[in-house]
Amino acid sequence: MRSELEVNGARVAWEHEPHEFLTEVLRREGLKGTKRGCESGDCGACAVLLDGEEVPSCLVLAAQAHGHAVETIEGVGSFEAPHPIQEAFLDATAIQCGYCTPGMVLATKALLAETPNPTEADARACLAGHLCRCTGYVKPIQAVLSAAQRCQAGAQ
Amino acid sequence: MSEQAGGWDTGADSLHRYDDYTQINRNQRRVDALKLALGKGTFSDDIDLPGMLHLKCLWSPHAHARITSIDTSAAEKVPGVVTILHHGNVPRVPYTTAGQGHPEPSPYDTYMFPKKVRFVGDRVACVAAESELAAARAARLIRVEYEVLEPLLDSRRAMDPGAPIVHDEPEASGLPGYDKERNLAASMEVFHGDYAAAFAKADLVLEHEYEVPYQHQCALEPHVAVTWLDEDNRLVVRVATQVPFHSRRILARVLGIPVSRIRVIKPRIGGGFGGKQEILIDDLPAMVTLRTGRPARLFFTRREEFSSSRARHPQILRWKTGVTKDGVVLAQELEVLANTGPYGAHALTVQGCTAGKTLPLYKAEGYRFIMNTVYTNLANGGAFRGYGGPQGFFAMEAHMSEVAERLGLDPADFRTKNLIGEGDENPLSKALGEGGEGPPQRIRSCGIQECVAQGKAAIGWERRGKLADPAPHLRRGLGMACLMHGSGIPGVDMASAFLKLNDDGSFNLHVGATEIGTGSDTILSQIAAEALQVPLHKIIIYSSDTDMTPFDKGAYASSTTYISGTSVKKACDGVVEQLKQAAFEIWRHHGDPSDGPLTIADEHVVRPDGKRLSYSEICLSTFYEHDQHQIMDHGSHMSMESPPPFAAHFAEVEVDVETGAVRVLRYVAATDCGVPIHPQNCEGQIEGGAVTMLGYALSEDFVFAGGRLLSDTFRDYKQFTALDVPEFTPILVKTFEPSGPFGAKSVAEIPTDGPGPTIANAVSNALGVRFRKLPITPERVREAWLAKQQGQPASTRA
Repeated sequence: MRSELEVNGARVAWEHEPHEFLTEVLRREGLKGTKRGCESGDCGACAVLLDGEEVPSCLVLAAQAHGHAVETIEGVGSFEAPHPIQEAFLDATAIQCGYCTPGMVLATKALLAETPNPTEADARACLAGHLCRCTGYVKPIQAVLSAAQRCQAGAQ
Repeated sequence: MSEQAGGWDTGADSLHRYDDYTQINRNQRRVDALKLALGKGTFSDDIDLPGMLHLKCLWSPHAHARITSIDTSAAEKVPGVVTILHHGNVPRVPYTTAGQGHPEPSPYDTYMFPKKVRFVGDRVACVAAESELAAARAARLIRVEYEVLEPLLDSRRAMDPGAPIVHDEPEASGLPGYDKERNLAASMEVFHGDYAAAFAKADLVLEHEYEVPYQHQCALEPHVAVTWLDEDNRLVVRVATQVPFHSRRILARVLGIPVSRIRVIKPRIGGGFGGKQEILIDDLPAMVTLRTGRPARLFFTRREEFSSSRARHPQILRWKTGVTKDGVVLAQELEVLANTGPYGAHALTVQGCTAGKTLPLYKAEGYRFIMNTVYTNLANGGAFRGYGGPQGFFAMEAHMSEVAERLGLDPADFRTKNLIGEGDENPLSKALGEGGEGPPQRIRSCGIQECVAQGKAAIGWERRGKLADPAPHLRRGLGMACLMHGSGIPGVDMASAFLKLNDDGSFNLHVGATEIGTGSDTILSQIAAEALQVPLHKIIIYSSDTDMTPFDKGAYASSTTYISGTSVKKACDGVVEQLKQAAFEIWRHHGDPSDGPLTIADEHVVRPDGKRLSYSEICLSTFYEHDQHQIMDHGSHMSMESPPPFAAHFAEVEVDVETGAVRVLRYVAATDCGVPIHPQNCEGQIEGGAVTMLGYALSEDFVFAGGRLLSDTFRDYKQFTALDVPEFTPILVKTFEPSGPFGAKSVAEIPTDGPGPTIANAVSNALGVRFRKLPITPERVREAWLAKQQGQPASTRA
């Protein structure tokens, strides 16, 4: 079957099987930043933004994205101009193996769109669905709070 | 020659160098972090190859059974199926999956496919097909007949006469202490000093039994391997591994092809924690590729990760201490019964470390260690960050607090009175080497007393015993533990590096060292930048590719900074000499010889009169102008020393006696890792290692029904999340390790040793009940609390 959607601002039409989940189709189409960690919605490695809302793409059928806008990590920042959230993760040394990082960055983006001044509790809740065995979450929580400050500073 | 060759010195005299560095002891952006933040890091599974086959395994549903027949005819008819591997059509080569140095000290008891399955999740067959779906469908259609055998599901029964024998086939073999007739994958007994006389002198001898569970590594990236044949018909293996060079060597054995025909590439790795110090899946796609000529890929599901990979060995530990009445430790005895499950991967060495990392921490006149590691038909033990340390430290440090309590001493004061220190010999280093006798060890740098002092201040230790409970059902407590670990395997671990100069003054640094998320690409680049006096961005690092980089033992044993880092420094020192020599020659050639000895600073070779030549100018001259040659060098390093990092951990907990829930409020980890190459990265290692083990202390466990693992998803296996993490204070205590690169020693594993005992001691302090079994789940807390209320003995025995 064929689904038409917007991916990172570009309109695409993708052929896929009806049973295929968004993770598989995104990765097949070359968007490898979306990671597979459990394929049961428990780990957050495959998170993408669907119309701005964070979803585990391993539980969203590709067909369900038809007519919607998907943002993946490839749509956030670039080598030349990293997003302030990415800068915050870099400066906090919140990235170790990096497998959970795309999901955490996207979760932070969704959080800050709704809550520009998050508390530490907000930051923890934002990362709660993102498993990370490397960092112990301490520096990622700091990175989320620092990202909020950077985004605020950038907006002024 | 290594720095330590020039005679024995301690680090105290070198502490002034601590703050003089320009590129290390500095928080720089990690060299690999931007690409990862952008989602561009290419992990093993992030490539598509034309014609690639996808693999799915059929796993044993039985804990213990002999395969009597395998019928693949129905499976073969599934459209897209290309080949099916099983024990009937592959070579039977005994080997170990443990990714260790040669010869591996683990028993050779594993086959590509066994004829007898030994746990639920053991390999039965593997299907290669055009799609994952076709492979999975076909695997379900393979008809296997089993002769089901009585399973061995209790490690305490394993050595009993008449117990089921897990390895009853003739091929399996192991080192002395291996006895498959008694289900012994490994055993040893060592002692030091006259322990019996020391115990006899003691005013108090205390002995208790402790028990620790399985724990899974839970690397977020599952095991994955992709293989293909290159244009020269060589096998390329792109695999999520911590040990690419061991993988190449062991694959050659299992596949029956020469090492020279194999290239192992380690791309970006999504965490290992020991789970990838294992040649766990590489052989299957490799065999398919060799048979079909086509690329092949195997990617584990999360369930397969839990039920068919490796986990921390569970242990039952008996700890016995003899002390004087004023709190001097005289003798220590440890007896370990460990469960390695169906195969003996790391069985000897993990359990050796259970004693080797723990016992030397407290000085005593005599020590005794007895260890039996038994086979069972439960989940498979293996390497896991900490490598035997967390099991041993849980028992020892819970025990030390019990001894202090019995003596009426403050547990911190009791410990500091008995701790090992600078200049002390490690009494057990000779007896407990890697699979045999090890080199003697003496402590050059030791910040343990300072760790205790700073940790006590940070947690507010003086509040112990005076904490106000916030509500009648909430009890608060403080606990602590002291820790030591190692930096590499002395006399065994070797690493090497290669460095060459480019015409813009940048350097290619090729290391065998294996970045798996630890930060080693950054750490090694910083060491090179410091040695060469260049900014970090001038170092282009490439790591772990058996064709392109020199050898390294791999990412394990807390060895990369200390061992690999020194190999990088040696390569850099050689290049600096060549730079000076070339500059000297250029000046001489131009009729302006140097007025004295040359130095380096800020990417230049500098003369006493201030004239300087940039590295770029030197390279351009040596490439194109005069005395043409490539400035390059290499370094190898092996150390007879393994300097321990030290740490003191402290926690404050709040226990809800109505629900049994334990909440960790604050955690302090004061750590002496020598000079931190990248302080923030060291903190990250400490935080990550400790938080992993808060799960070990409180929530992570393997739950079996018969031999079947029930807790085989992230939902049923509870790790700590961002919601559970306490207020965390990492403290880096200043020391200088003379035998390490720029004063550094290791930091990766020591944080995993602390949370088990620290939390157990804090919960005991809160409730007045000792906990000798992990994890301390709400059920166990409730049970212990109710028993205490009913006036039963204040302990929960395993």
